[in-house]
Amino acid sequence: MPGSALPIEPQRDIARARKIHSPAPASNGAGPAAESRADAPLVRLDHLDTLWFQVTGTICNLRCVHCFISCAPDNDSFEFLSLAEVEDWLRRSETWGVKEYYFTGGEPFMHPDLPAMLERTLERGPASVLTNGTLLPARALKPIARTARAASYSLEMRVSLDGPSPEMNDPIRGDGTFDRAMEGVRKLLEEGFLPIITATQVWEPERDEEVRQAFVARLRGLGYENPRLKILPSLRIGREADRVRPYTNEEHVTEAMMEGYDERQLLCASSRVVTNRGIYACPILIETPAARMGSTLEEASRPVRLDESACYTCWLHGAICSNYGGIGQDVS
Amino acid sequence: MSPEPRRIAVFGGVYSNHLALAAAIGDAAARGAETLYCLGDLGAFGPHPDRVFPLLIDHDVRVLRGNYDDSIARGLDDCQCGYTDPRDNYFARLSYRYTFRNTHERWRRWMGRLPGEIRLEANGARVLMCHGSPRRMNEFLWESATSTQFLTWLAREHEADIMLATHTGIPWQRSLPGGGLFANVGVLGRPANDGRTEVWYALLDFGADTGAQPNLEFVPVGYDHERLAGEMRDEELPEEFVETILTGWWTTCLEVLPARERARGRF
Ligand code: SF4
Ligand code: SF4
Ligand SMILES: [Fe+2]
Repeated sequence: MPGSALPIEPQRDIARARKIHSPAPASNGAGPAAESRADAPLVRLDHLDTLWFQVTGTICNLRCVHCFISCAPDNDSFEFLSLAEVEDWLRRSETWGVKEYYFTGGEPFMHPDLPAMLERTLERGPASVLTNGTLLPARALKPIARTARAASYSLEMRVSLDGPSPEMNDPIRGDGTFDRAMEGVRKLLEEGFLPIITATQVWEPERDEEVRQAFVARLRGLGYENPRLKILPSLRIGREADRVRPYTNEEHVTEAMMEGYDERQLLCASSRVVTNRGIYACPILIETPAARMGSTLEEASRPVRLDESACYTCWLHGAICSNYGGIGQDVS
Repeated sequence: MSPEPRRIAVFGGVYSNHLALAAAIGDAAARGAETLYCLGDLGAFGPHPDRVFPLLIDHDVRVLRGNYDDSIARGLDDCQCGYTDPRDNYFARLSYRYTFRNTHERWRRWMGRLPGEIRLEANGARVLMCHGSPRRMNEFLWESATSTQFLTWLAREHEADIMLATHTGIPWQRSLPGGGLFANVGVLGRPANDGRTEVWYALLDFGADTGAQPNLEFVPVGYDHERLAGEMRDEELPEEFVETILTGWWTTCLEVLPARERARGRF
């Protein structure tokens, strides 16, 4: 669910980032010639808090116009992970002290073994599934709900919706997807889940509050009295680069911008993503060959160089991978 | 060198609930606790923050610094809880401003000198007390969102057998493979989102018969919560906070709750 991979703290972290460093002014791509990225900073893996599984690769039943890894029914540049592979990574992750696991794609519910994978995962720790909510067949959802009820760890379901109405959502996610995702939310509620609705901010930031309220009203209409809602920044890579605009030359992270900046709020300081083609720095950059870190967790634990433009969005918004906010600060 | 304690009481966040703190101190003494500890977050939420400090000092409570204390002491803009939900943020800001305004300079300085962690040895076990987690003052460790393998890693990394934390507001404990123990001791400041008006603390016994792992019991403390509600109303603190004190259900700061803990509450 790349449209929704990044929960953020919009105002707060933009304010924090700005306090430290004014972001480079946006231009229309007519800026100076491409700067060298030699000054791109390195981010150390602080600890492997979260391990992501790109469980259905780039294969998705939808073809959202803002998808930052260009997922589609026919994009098999990344393929499914097998149950055996997931089990193997779960075992390997133990000594790393992984705190929680995330399942993304593509659309995880396209994987026939998702129920078994979640069952194994929840024996070990909490899990989150990032879904577009349009599939959720009973043969998968029922056993998953049973597992979730029996587990001592939380299973979070994150459903992507990019607006509180078909008029706003469907131009982005496809015709009929709003109704189908709402039906998915209803099924999840029925099974006892409290889905986290994640919306990419495809509207002007000034409209945040209005959109938020419309979401709440809509979800209450489904009987979701106290809906959980997250708003995420859009990442201008993949198809999203064509929809809005690509990043400009000025929009990248430099060494100087990291001074006084708590780099642990970046996803790549606390997680890695397992794909069928090896381990990548973060779920955002799997289409960037340089973001492939290796084929073992040891290899993948080396620092990440922030030389991609998407890193600029992370830097600006202080992206954090957790479902529940709360970024870190040292005890010292 | 002071003798190793056999029974200690460990309090979590006080959130300016001076009435619950006084009740818990009395309760712990009546149960024979030799030393009292408090894991920080002295202000927030409740009325008259300055009433908490004399109680802690008079009863020789060993206190460490929570994120709230750290923010107030350093004059930061917010409590460092990292809320992103606008409603959570609104209430967090409101109580932060109230607490900041009503905390005397001398107590701000006092909080600034509190240690970030407390370590002791009891029955051969290395006990580490902290606020959020051993690695981060503002890390939330919820029962349903914290893997055992992560706790084991923390214990190894921070050279501890017994780890005690607070910060979330809901008490829980888990034995670790190899004989360690993690416990979130809960908080005195507000009820545990369980529909009860009592608040919780932890009582630890390091008896000869308990081995390296202490016996840890969560103790509910009743106190005059209606009087606290009255004081909060007099101070014009939000009615949403008062409701939590009177009903035992959280009404704010819900965003950070994982699914399991959220489903147990009313909101
Ligand atoms: S649902 Fe849309 S954003 Fe998510 S992976 Fe599929 S195409 Fe991409
Ligand atoms: S896009 Fe860049 S900054 Fe963001 S998580 Fe990935 S590597 Fe880190
Ligand atoms: Fe705290």
